[in-house]
Amino acid sequence: MDNKSKKVFGLNLGQLTIPIIAICLLVIFNLIRDPGFFAIEITHNNDGNAVLAGNLISIINAASELAILAIGMTLVTAACGGQDISVGAAAAIAGSTFVKILKTPETINGWTVLLAFLCACIVAMIFGSFNGTLVAVFKIQPMIATLILYTCGRSIAYWINGGATPTVESPIIKAIGSNIPGMPIPTPVLIVIGVAILFKLLFHFTSLELFTQSVGINGSAARLNGINSTFIKLLSFIILGVCVAFSGCIGVSRLGLINHETLLLDVEMDTILAVAIGGNSLGGGKFKISGSIIGAYVIQMLTITLYAMKVSSTDVKAYKAIVIVLLVVIGSPVIKAKFAKLMSRVKMNQTRVSTKGAE
Amino acid sequence: MQGSSLLQMHHIEKRFPGVLALNGVDFELRKGEIHALMGENGAGKSTLIKVLTGVYQKDGGEIVVDGESVSIRSPQDAQNKGISTVYQEITLCPNLTVAENMFIGRESGAWIRQKQYEKRADELLGRLKIPARGGQQLGSCSLAVQQMVAIARAVDMKCKVLILDEPTSSLDDNEVNMLFELMRSLKKQGVGIIFVTHFLEQVYAVSDRITVLRNGELVGEYLTEELPQVELVAKMIGKELDELSSLKEVDEKKTKEQAVLYEAKGLSSTEALPFDFKIRKGEVNGFTGLLGSGRSESVRAIFGADKVTGGEVRMKGQSAKISRPIDAMKAGIGYLAEDRKRDGIIAELSVRENIILALQVLNGFFKPISRSESEAFADEYIKVLNIKTASRETPVGSLSGGNQQKVILARWLLTHPDYLILDEPTRGIDVGTKLEIQKLVLKLAEEGVSVTFISSEVEEMLRTCSRLIVMRDRHIVGELKGDELNQEQVMRTIAGGDAKNGQ
Repeated sequence: MDNKSKKVFGLNLGQLTIPIIAICLLVIFNLIRDPGFFAIEITHNNDGNAVLAGNLISIINAASELAILAIGMTLVTAACGGQDISVGAAAAIAGSTFVKILKTPETINGWTVLLAFLCACIVAMIFGSFNGTLVAVFKIQPMIATLILYTCGRSIAYWINGGATPTVESPIIKAIGSNIPGMPIPTPVLIVIGVAILFKLLFHFTSLELFTQSVGINGSAARLNGINSTFIKLLSFIILGVCVAFSGCIGVSRLGLINHETLLLDVEMDTILAVAIGGNSLGGGKFKISGSIIGAYVIQMLTITLYAMKVSSTDVKAYKAIVIVLLVVIGSPVIKAKFAKLMSRVKMNQTRVSTKGAE
Repeated sequence: MQGSSLLQMHHIEKRFPGVLALNGVDFELRKGEIHALMGENGAGKSTLIKVLTGVYQKDGGEIVVDGESVSIRSPQDAQNKGISTVYQEITLCPNLTVAENMFIGRESGAWIRQKQYEKRADELLGRLKIPARGGQQLGSCSLAVQQMVAIARAVDMKCKVLILDEPTSSLDDNEVNMLFELMRSLKKQGVGIIFVTHFLEQVYAVSDRITVLRNGELVGEYLTEELPQVELVAKMIGKELDELSSLKEVDEKKTKEQAVLYEAKGLSSTEALPFDFKIRKGEVNGFTGLLGSGRSESVRAIFGADKVTGGEVRMKGQSAKISRPIDAMKAGIGYLAEDRKRDGIIAELSVRENIILALQVLNGFFKPISRSESEAFADEYIKVLNIKTASRETPVGSLSGGNQQKVILARWLLTHPDYLILDEPTRGIDVGTKLEIQKLVLKLAEEGVSVTFISSEVEEMLRTCSRLIVMRDRHIVGELKGDELNQEQVMRTIAGGDAKNGQ
């Protein structure tokens, strides 16, 4: 009965209803405000490459780090029923590691970038398993457990490069941060697509989804069915670590430098929001990765819309909060139940009318 | 004592999308009567109760309390009108103290006077002979005591109508008798009690009148003394059933010749004292004893559900190490846990996902069962076990208790176990499903599966098991088979009379 109420224009979207409606409303709002808002044009960047440009492209591009983090955060949320608030700090660590390795050799080529990324990955996974161990083994609430790394993460990032904010100059890094020559789509967007495919494959070739949901919904029953819930929780944090490494390295590549204080600052809250807007319960259990990804784009579209409306950057957060309150309230069980009731009443009236008509 | 009408429900209707859950049901409760509300799962008992307590809003009909037509908008509203409920599942907060649980949400004052509450709670608990203290955390009490605290809470609210929804399903005989005493004394004070239970004997032990529902409709209202038990069952399931009494015809000699499948020596866990146990291929045995006697703890030790602390285990004659559930599963053991909600279902996942879960775990993390394969498995078992669900993708939490239990049974059957442990598989489910499960157990045994069957209804175990292991105070005190398998002998062994175990 619940599913029926969620049908929108004949489509059964389930938990994706709210994020999709949100994104549609934002698009419509922007089109009314400025019909040319979503115009996409081809321009040439400083290197003379043809690249796509326009508000839509900036939205999708700028949301890349957030989208990747939201994927990992969804898994952690589902398995542990809590969130990792240290992703921003961990991304700074990963980014610093990335730069540190890049700066070591004389020249930067494809292999050094790959090596640097893998090192960043490993470091982020180690910090992920630190968080994961606190949560899965010592049963500390995720938010408290990750508060530790949240507090000290950026200091650790600071130490890695000896307190400096070194820059990296390389066409490869530039290509990762903006566009690969000859490819009009921004590279971060391509990386998001790659990561999404990676997760799709992960879910297809393993039982991660079923096990994670089982652990999140009913840990006791999962254990009695032979699932190692400690491992599943730990694994979710390690996977989030990989996502953190991707985001950190993209962030570094965009600017060509590492600033441990500002890299992905406050991204953890946006990430958690993306998961929530995506219709996932922050209490864990059933999840949908696609919801969180859409959630990330909703947040970014909102931000850019506000900037386009000439809202000053200090005020943006307040306006964002208003819209998010609305979204979260609309998605709340209370409103959903009210809506379902309304729909069933409408339906009943319709059938009454039709039966009367038949008589 | 019985007298004027206290509560009347006329032509109650309740519609859910696609279902007419209550179709013009009448119900009447008189002052000072214990009125049993009977019916199978899905008959509409719970819906009727929920309409009465304001959880659901009725779509039609009238409720009259004390001669006054009323509308009940919320559980709080119902309470204010003197209608109190104790539900089947504990609905209290385990992390609060007993006293807090008893008085929470009832005092209007903003200041909570802890000590005063605890004192009042202690007085009431003492009067009702409930073994708990007001200052104790509720979660630290046994399930049975938690249930009794819930009743104490309702009793203390000076109610006119007390609804007991399956209050006895987690109580042992002693506690049931205590509860009955309490019910009778409340009855003398003029309280009307609506008693919902699956235990037929209890209905006859305590109730004055019986109302039977079936498929959302009223079958009839009867005086308990005028309605024989067999007729009651027939009215509940809508057909005459003579198979109820004669189910088992297992050839005991045949099982005796079979090889020993599972054998434990000195097996112990953090919860169970060391015990010896063995079961033959195709044998159905049972563990019996009062609540807390260690019967569940022992089978949990077999499955590795609690931390195993010692003992030797042999499976099919070979030494096996079972310290975690996954070890047991790999050795071919399945375990249906006592607490379906807590240890069984993954409520928000679909019927399909719940069915394949154990097999998926056995297959391993890197070999997921494909969608089409899992759909085929789900469809097969929904059909075989006659699971009533809207579709295979319905969340299992929205199914009725009996059907949830069948889903968990399907989960284990799908792993094709050699040895299946069923701890209270029939608790809180309707007569029809109970019978189906009992039949299934016997059919499995015939196919060579060994089954350990635990039930708090001795009669049910006598019907299915060919050997009964009796436990008292966490020790095995006897083993009954053959002619010794009768109610009296079992009772005597449980109670600790002079019954020897046939040696």
